[in-house]
Amino acid sequence: MNDAQMIHTDLDSVLSAEELTAIDRELSHVPYKSGAAIDALKIVQAKRGWISDQSLQAIAKYLEMSAEELEGIATFYNLIYRRPVGKKVILFCDSVSCWICGCDGIKQKITDVLGVNYGETTEDKEYSLIPVPCLGACDKAPVMMVGDDLVTHLDDAKIDELFTDKAKYSGGNP
Amino acid sequence: MEKVLTRNIGADLKPTDLKAYEANGGYRGLRKALAGLSPKDCQDVISASNLRGRGGAGFPTGMKWSFVPMDDRCTPGHKYLVCNADEMEPGAFKDRLLMECDPHQLIEGMILSAYTIGADISYIFIRGEYVAAIQRLRDALAECYNAGYLGDNILGSTFSLNMYVHPSAGRYICGEETALINALEGKRANPRAKPPFPQVSGLWGRPTIVNNVETLCNISHIIDRGADWFNTLGVGEDSGTKMFGVSGRVNNPGCWELPMGTPIREIIEHHAGGMQQGLQLKGFLPGGGSTDFLTDKHLDLAMDYNVIGKAGSRMGTGTIIILDDQTCPVGMVLNLIRFFAHESCGFCTPCRDGLPWSRQVLEDIESGRGHAEDLDTLAYQIGYIGTIGNTHCALAPGAMEPLQSALKYFRDDFERHIYGGCCPYNTARRA
Repeated sequence: MNDAQMIHTDLDSVLSAEELTAIDRELSHVPYKSGAAIDALKIVQAKRGWISDQSLQAIAKYLEMSAEELEGIATFYNLIYRRPVGKKVILFCDSVSCWICGCDGIKQKITDVLGVNYGETTEDKEYSLIPVPCLGACDKAPVMMVGDDLVTHLDDAKIDELFTDKAKYSGGNP
Repeated sequence: MEKVLTRNIGADLKPTDLKAYEANGGYRGLRKALAGLSPKDCQDVISASNLRGRGGAGFPTGMKWSFVPMDDRCTPGHKYLVCNADEMEPGAFKDRLLMECDPHQLIEGMILSAYTIGADISYIFIRGEYVAAIQRLRDALAECYNAGYLGDNILGSTFSLNMYVHPSAGRYICGEETALINALEGKRANPRAKPPFPQVSGLWGRPTIVNNVETLCNISHIIDRGADWFNTLGVGEDSGTKMFGVSGRVNNPGCWELPMGTPIREIIEHHAGGMQQGLQLKGFLPGGGSTDFLTDKHLDLAMDYNVIGKAGSRMGTGTIIILDDQTCPVGMVLNLIRFFAHESCGFCTPCRDGLPWSRQVLEDIESGRGHAEDLDTLAYQIGYIGTIGNTHCALAPGAMEPLQSALKYFRDDFERHIYGGCCPYNTARRA
């Protein structure tokens, strides 16, 4: 198998050596293989950005469980993505304290600036917008996460500051 | 007041490293226990301290631990201690602070708790979104292994313990202890039937204790300074201090360590700075999104488990959410029910199908499409879904708490929506 083929199959349905090493490390903690199902999904998602059908089947085979059972687990957890997401995921808090402090207006502003609604990814594949249960920063509401960063005290100006430059070259006006 | 849980947390919120933690009495409780206290001694001290679980239910910690089979009453194998750091209750934001700013306090509490119940493996089950806390806990664990506080033969004793940080893949229901255990086992986080209780058969079928972050943060102080000292800290019925928080439209939202039994008025008016200009307090949820509303008539109650319970609500997490007079109570309840409907694990029908039904009725009322009989429908749902025993776990009954109390205290607001044909508030358009 040449390199080009290797890369192709690697992305599709073969777990890489690096992924297998990381999964094996988790397997050492658990009494049976399927016990590492969530960890394996996170490991593969960290490399590939999301869990494709091919990735799911490869993990299931390695953990000696059915793809259907693993699918039930993958779709249960909101930080496992079964669809491609942007480079950064915006986890937008719409729980009660943020709602009292006006998060509905902020959500609308994000939709206006980035052109995406919940569950959608910007055209330039930079951002996906997803709602998230209360982020535990209610004293700084409204809040959201952009990638690994918590952004607090949201208002329209902050949304402009964060996203407008991106929107200029990637938004609705190609 | 003496600061206990926040003694190492400064205004700059800088994380405390091992050196600074030790310099302020850190790991003294652990040294004391390993040098001269048996697990039974530690169990007795925690029971005598009257420490109650800070995660929301308020179950006595000593009693919870006492159900773990010890010594020759336990079959050979692992026992587990799990820290529930899956803080997702709407309006709760206390554990984040404790973990980000003083990770060693949690770890020392966990080592002592594991010693008491005889656990040899321990997990911090933390929500994946707490990126900074995850990193700081991992750094702190590495410091502990280097210093001999974790690993084999801790501080030269016969006690050994390994500890792991386990970031969750999401979902509110993972905060329910048996759902959390299923998540740790790599399964869907559906709660388990009880009994058997986790103390007897938990993670991988072995004895397991699951405690909240704040509960565990208290342990080292109690072991170090004794139950009598801890009992003097509260100003009401309950012992110790508590992280209390206020969110909503107050002048100074935040989280503070205060004595158990601090009056609600003092928390809201003094620490949170009172309502923002032009707003009146209409009601509040005393301990997160799944607790019943109280009103301005309850402001002089003490924040103690039984006092708040007698007033018809629960102290829950101790993080108060304020409803002001310009925010729609129906909209607020709809937000909460929408949350719980979305976070239902789907296992039992009253929760999976009942909560979306409640959400639908509330959406109709909020948007002006409600009918007079909708209030009867909501009352029926509360009676059915809100009864523990009709559902598999406490999620759906918890969801009914703010709804039933909103109907009790703010019924006229529901009626104004129904008979006026629209929402009389302007909450949705606020920026």
